[in-house]
Amino acid sequence: MRTLVPILTVIAAIVAIWYAAAIFMNAQWARDQAARAGTELSVSALVADTWSQDRPRLPAPHQVVAELWDTTVGKKITSKRSLVFHGWITLSATLLGFGIGTGLGILLAVGIVHNRAMDMSVMPWAIASQTIPILAIAPMIIVVLNSVGVQGLLPKAFISAYLSFFPVVVGMVKGLRSPDAMQLDLMRTYSASAGQVFWKLRLPASMPYLFTSLKIGVAASLVGAIVGELPTGAIRGLGARMLSGSYYGQTIQIWSALFAAAIVAAALVGIVGLIQRVTLKRMGMAR
Amino acid sequence: MILVALAIAIWLGAWWVNARIAGSPLNRTRWARLAVPAIFGLTLLVVWELLVRGLQVPGVILPPPSAIAARIGASPGILWVDFVQTAVKGALSGYVIGCGTAFLTAIAIDRSPFLQRGLLPVGNFVAALPIIGTAPILVMWFGVDWQSKAAVVVVMVFFPMLVNTVQGLADTTAMQRDLMKTYSAGYWQSLFKLRLPAAMPFIFNGLKISTTLALIGAIVAEFFGSPIQGMGFRISTEVGRLGLDMVWAEIAVAALAGSAFYGAVAAIEKGVTFWHPSQRG
Repeated sequence: MRTLVPILTVIAAIVAIWYAAAIFMNAQWARDQAARAGTELSVSALVADTWSQDRPRLPAPHQVVAELWDTTVGKKITSKRSLVFHGWITLSATLLGFGIGTGLGILLAVGIVHNRAMDMSVMPWAIASQTIPILAIAPMIIVVLNSVGVQGLLPKAFISAYLSFFPVVVGMVKGLRSPDAMQLDLMRTYSASAGQVFWKLRLPASMPYLFTSLKIGVAASLVGAIVGELPTGAIRGLGARMLSGSYYGQTIQIWSALFAAAIVAAALVGIVGLIQRVTLKRMGMAR
Repeated sequence: MILVALAIAIWLGAWWVNARIAGSPLNRTRWARLAVPAIFGLTLLVVWELLVRGLQVPGVILPPPSAIAARIGASPGILWVDFVQTAVKGALSGYVIGCGTAFLTAIAIDRSPFLQRGLLPVGNFVAALPIIGTAPILVMWFGVDWQSKAAVVVVMVFFPMLVNTVQGLADTTAMQRDLMKTYSAGYWQSLFKLRLPAAMPFIFNGLKISTTLALIGAIVAEFFGSPIQGMGFRISTEVGRLGLDMVWAEIAVAALAGSAFYGAVAAIEKGVTFWHPSQRG
């Protein structure tokens, strides 16, 4: 209750500003139409018109919601106009890439923690690579893979994997290093082998760090998959919906694709958060 | 075949050198910390060059580093024009506007705990969304020139910056605030003398995250429409013409610009937050 009321107030304010902005931004078109028809618009007619145009500069919230409802529930999911269909294309690339990126990231982190040479060679580059606009590389990866005959899901998944890879490496290295000297000494007094230290101390201790990076990684994966659909002239996927919407001036279509992407992102981060809560609770590490 | 064998030999040799340096007592020195990653990076470039030549990979799939370097040397004019269009006009102006607005917004909502409780979760949520998707809409609104790119950057950096600043302003202990009260310091005095300095590590964290986001936003927004210059424009058109050496040259410039931008902010941070534990030692 203490947090819910303020959040709802903020959201209500955003929606109100949005409606007001829709009137402001679409008014010019409505006035032009009225002038062409030779009629005078009353204020209420103007407002009603700005909230119901076919190709508004800024669609009103209810138009976006209606389009979302129409293209998810109202269409068969195999239809080319269904957002569920496009969303699935993007989501499958995201998940495949996220899986690859996370797996490789954890493997590299294990290597870095156990091999001093690898740590000193690779780690500075892994950190530096986070300051580089990696997404710029996306169109090239797609074209390169296309020209060697790899098409469809994999190129997009590579970009997703690349984007989720580095956050996982950095977070996982931090996590595997998080046991302090006291705990490592205790393992030594048990005369534990390196493998035992890894499985019984380092890996469990790294879980909170891993999940934090996974949340960042899964959001980055989705962005990667969407951007991967942009420069190739792809015809399927949420990114392709946005691109075709921007080519044909279908603003409502862009906004609904954007909201679909937002919902998918929120769901993915939420699922990772849920797994985090359950796992940490079972391990007795919940805060 | 000889080149491939040479590549493998160089890889193994460089790895052996690195392992020796890392295993020797030298490994804590500043010299070793710089040398090891430098050797690793150089080895990657050499192996890349040798493998591309040895396996005769066509230039339209993966050009060798020497060809990329030659391209950078041959067309500094184009690269500079693109850099100014994207990084300076698009990313930097958007970065300044976005971070500035977010900072002022954070100060404005600082006096209202109600707004903070409402805006923080919403801001955190929005920061995780694929905001880059607003690019086509903003390009439609602000036209194809740098203004729309700056707008995309503003939207992208706003929420990470806002969330970090609000968190930073809350990062004082009750003891410190009580001390300010015993001095009978007013709101603005305690803001400028206590809470803003205490918030600096958080603010710079937001600023550093935003540097990368700004360049990404400016480049990706150009995929949706741009004048005939700019890094994103060059990348997407050269990919279409299979001029991959030019694409890699732009990526090298983007990587350099991104690192330099981040490094500059980190250097300012070092000067401003010299008192913070993470900057000592």
